[in-house]
Amino acid sequence: MTRELNIQSLILRSASQLLLPLLLMFSIFLLLRGHDEPGGGFIAGLVAASAIALHMFAQDIHQAKRVLYADPRDLVGWGLVFGVISGVPAIFKGQAFFTSQWLEFTMPILGKIKVGTPLIFDIGVYLVVVGSVLLILLTLAEAED
Amino acid sequence: MLLAILSGFLLATVAPAVHRQTGMNSGWVLAILPAALFLYFLSFLPAVGSGESIVISYPWVPGLDIQLSFLVDGLSLLFALLISGIGFFIVAYAGRYLEGHKDLGRFYVLILSFMASMLGLVLSDNLISLFVFWELTSITSYLLIGFNHEDATARRSALQGLFVTVGGGLALLTGLVMMAVVTGSYELSEILSSGDALRDHGWYVAIVLLVLLGCFTKSAQVPFHFWLPRAMAAPTPVSAYLHSATMVKAGVYLMARLNPSLGATDLWLILLGVFGALTMFTGVFMSIRSTGVKQVLAYSTVMALGTLTMLIGVGTDTAIMAAMAFLLAHSLYKGALFLIAGILDHEAGCKDFLQTGGLRHALPITATFAAIAALSLGGVIPMFGFVAKELLFEAVLEAPSLSGLLSLLTVASAILVVAVAAVVGIKPYWGPRVETPKTPHHEAPPAMLAGPAVLASLGLLFGVGVAMVDRGLLSAAAGAVYGSPVETYLSLWHGFNLPLMLSLLSLVLGLTIYFNWDRFRTATGFMDDLKRFGPERAYDKSMDGLVSISEWQTRVLQNGYLRYYLLTILLSTVALVTFSIARAGGLEIQMSLAGVRIQELAIVAVLLLAALVSVTTSSRLGAVASLGAVGFSVALIYVLFSAADVGITQVLVETLTVIMLVLVLFRLPGFLGLTPQALRIRDAVVALAFGVMVALLSLAASSTRFADSISEYFIRESEPSGFGRNIVNVILVDFRALDTLGEIVVLALAAVGVYAMIKLRAEDNRK
Repeated sequence: MTRELNIQSLILRSASQLLLPLLLMFSIFLLLRGHDEPGGGFIAGLVAASAIALHMFAQDIHQAKRVLYADPRDLVGWGLVFGVISGVPAIFKGQAFFTSQWLEFTMPILGKIKVGTPLIFDIGVYLVVVGSVLLILLTLAEAED
Repeated sequence: MLLAILSGFLLATVAPAVHRQTGMNSGWVLAILPAALFLYFLSFLPAVGSGESIVISYPWVPGLDIQLSFLVDGLSLLFALLISGIGFFIVAYAGRYLEGHKDLGRFYVLILSFMASMLGLVLSDNLISLFVFWELTSITSYLLIGFNHEDATARRSALQGLFVTVGGGLALLTGLVMMAVVTGSYELSEILSSGDALRDHGWYVAIVLLVLLGCFTKSAQVPFHFWLPRAMAAPTPVSAYLHSATMVKAGVYLMARLNPSLGATDLWLILLGVFGALTMFTGVFMSIRSTGVKQVLAYSTVMALGTLTMLIGVGTDTAIMAAMAFLLAHSLYKGALFLIAGILDHEAGCKDFLQTGGLRHALPITATFAAIAALSLGGVIPMFGFVAKELLFEAVLEAPSLSGLLSLLTVASAILVVAVAAVVGIKPYWGPRVETPKTPHHEAPPAMLAGPAVLASLGLLFGVGVAMVDRGLLSAAAGAVYGSPVETYLSLWHGFNLPLMLSLLSLVLGLTIYFNWDRFRTATGFMDDLKRFGPERAYDKSMDGLVSISEWQTRVLQNGYLRYYLLTILLSTVALVTFSIARAGGLEIQMSLAGVRIQELAIVAVLLLAALVSVTTSSRLGAVASLGAVGFSVALIYVLFSAADVGITQVLVETLTVIMLVLVLFRLPGFLGLTPQALRIRDAVVALAFGVMVALLSLAASSTRFADSISEYFIRESEPSGFGRNIVNVILVDFRALDTLGEIVVLALAAVGVYAMIKLRAEDNRK
């Protein structure tokens, strides 16, 4: 490759080291609170993907891949699996596929917690979005001239 | 019943495994299923024989009123018994005939699937399931003709058979749907009891033509007969089963089945009578002109199919009874003769009658049964073939119209049939010993002799004891075709009458032709020149035409230039939408600028400016950046209208789009303004047209309401049934989860598409 992708800027490189964990945590936060406040799997996935894209520009592709840890193709696949299985529990209750199922319970410190199949579905959306966007970005960035 | 029909498919899935386990006896093991099915269908005989018809129904697609329903009456039972009975011998035979063939396991899969499809076809009461099984037989036939797929001729023949039958199948589907629309039912049992509803309808002619196109192509009627002799590229058991005893008779079956509703009109009589008679004569004439063992048999099958079509067309009770008797007789002797042709090939390596002669000492049993089957083919007393032929003569002599033409062609055919029977029954076994490619050391194995022996003997047995089949099965079958019980009964001896005289005449003349076979073929050699004008030429021409049309359209539509794709998509959208709007009488647009706030106006100004910059700038990065500005302005509008989630999404998507575009642009060569002015104007016009259309549509959409907005429901139900306060998210992951699942699948596919495109191209470059 004749031109290098990463930007030789000390400020950006140092900032991205700090920003990356913050952005990833923020994306998880968005994912979990999405059902009640602005957020959700799609937005959270985009935030996570942008965080890693930023890392890719600031450091290099290998760093970005190391942070991602998993192969983006696997993420896409697992995301679809989560999406589909979240619809299954309803069948056992004799309801239509994808009817949401919720559990609500109270925990010390955290207070009232509710867990339901839409959350599993949202995690699936999250994984597909992260995987797809990064699959495209990494493939484009790695492509030979 | 459902299990009986599907069992063939089920067994097919495990057939290769069974074959591996049982080795050389696999034929016998797998043949248990057809044998069991035969017995199962036989158990219907008492009820059906006394005139009952049984309908068995399972819901399939209840919403579309499609049921998996089966009809067992005389006609379908006759076919089901033939299919399963002959199927038994074929499977057992194939085990030895193809012994050691590397694809024998695959062969079993196909032949069993075929058997199941054929059973489904003849037993279906629903037109849709009948059609599905009809097409399944075409597909399995295609795979079986092309079984030796390493041979180019076999592949070509398979494709030809497929195109001809499936092309006809399309016409048939249209015809069947029209029938259902007219009668208001997809159930055959209801259509058949609808009286004159079809005959009196304005669509009658169209329905008859479409249905017959399907039947004629399937049953190899002139001018579509050419694919059948080609289909002989298949292994011999396949020819015996599909292209003689069963599949090619599917067209005959359907014509017979629909005869009570469509028949008994001049159109029906003329189309079926004339085409059937022509097919009959063409078939037998080509048969006696051929010398290849399987070619002779294939063309004589064409003859038989023509005869059956003609008899259904004639439509009198005698004719229908003759058709059913002829159908049974033909399946028995032709199945036997084809299997014997396989023995000749297997033991002596003979594929041509000219290479054969004097084999009676080496293959005594084969010779005996060949003689019996040939006697039935020739229609010699006391064979069942004789009974059928006498009735055939009687039927055409009494035909309500066209009697002269049909009788003439029938007698001419009968003469030639006798000659053909002599060729297949006498030529290979009598006379001086001719050197064959392989010297037969022993008689064929029992698995291969069983079929010819039983089928040929039945031809004799049913002839002598004709009462065994006529009162029960055949009269029930004929009654189903005729539409009311038939009074004609079969008998071996009719007394000295005109049909008997014609039989004797054809016997004498036929044998004369046989003894002068070489001279006859030379004398009619001029017929070969006619091939150049034959229907096969037309088939080849139309295939060439199809290929060049698809080449042309691929060149034009799939030209590989993104700009032309875009142009095509945009222009067709504009044209189609404008057309629909014009037909609907224009758009209704209500628009008022009242209540627009200053900050909204500012955003609109930024939007417009950014859009203008993106089309006029001469730098790619500039264009991308200004497009980004458009996107962020739109996000601002969302936020202003308190759609926070949508706004955030828009911002994030916009960011990532810019990143992706940069990664792509990064690799492009520098920007050069090479496009001529005229092209730029054309692009501008197309873009403007599309933009204006979308703008008008959006305005119209927001000012038209067909029903109450669903937003109210979502806002109300979000918290109680969705357990969430973020309505957008509740809609995405709960109310509309299935839609979202579809969307993430699309997203995943898009990513995989990009990945494949770039990675595969990189690998190509590396080579």
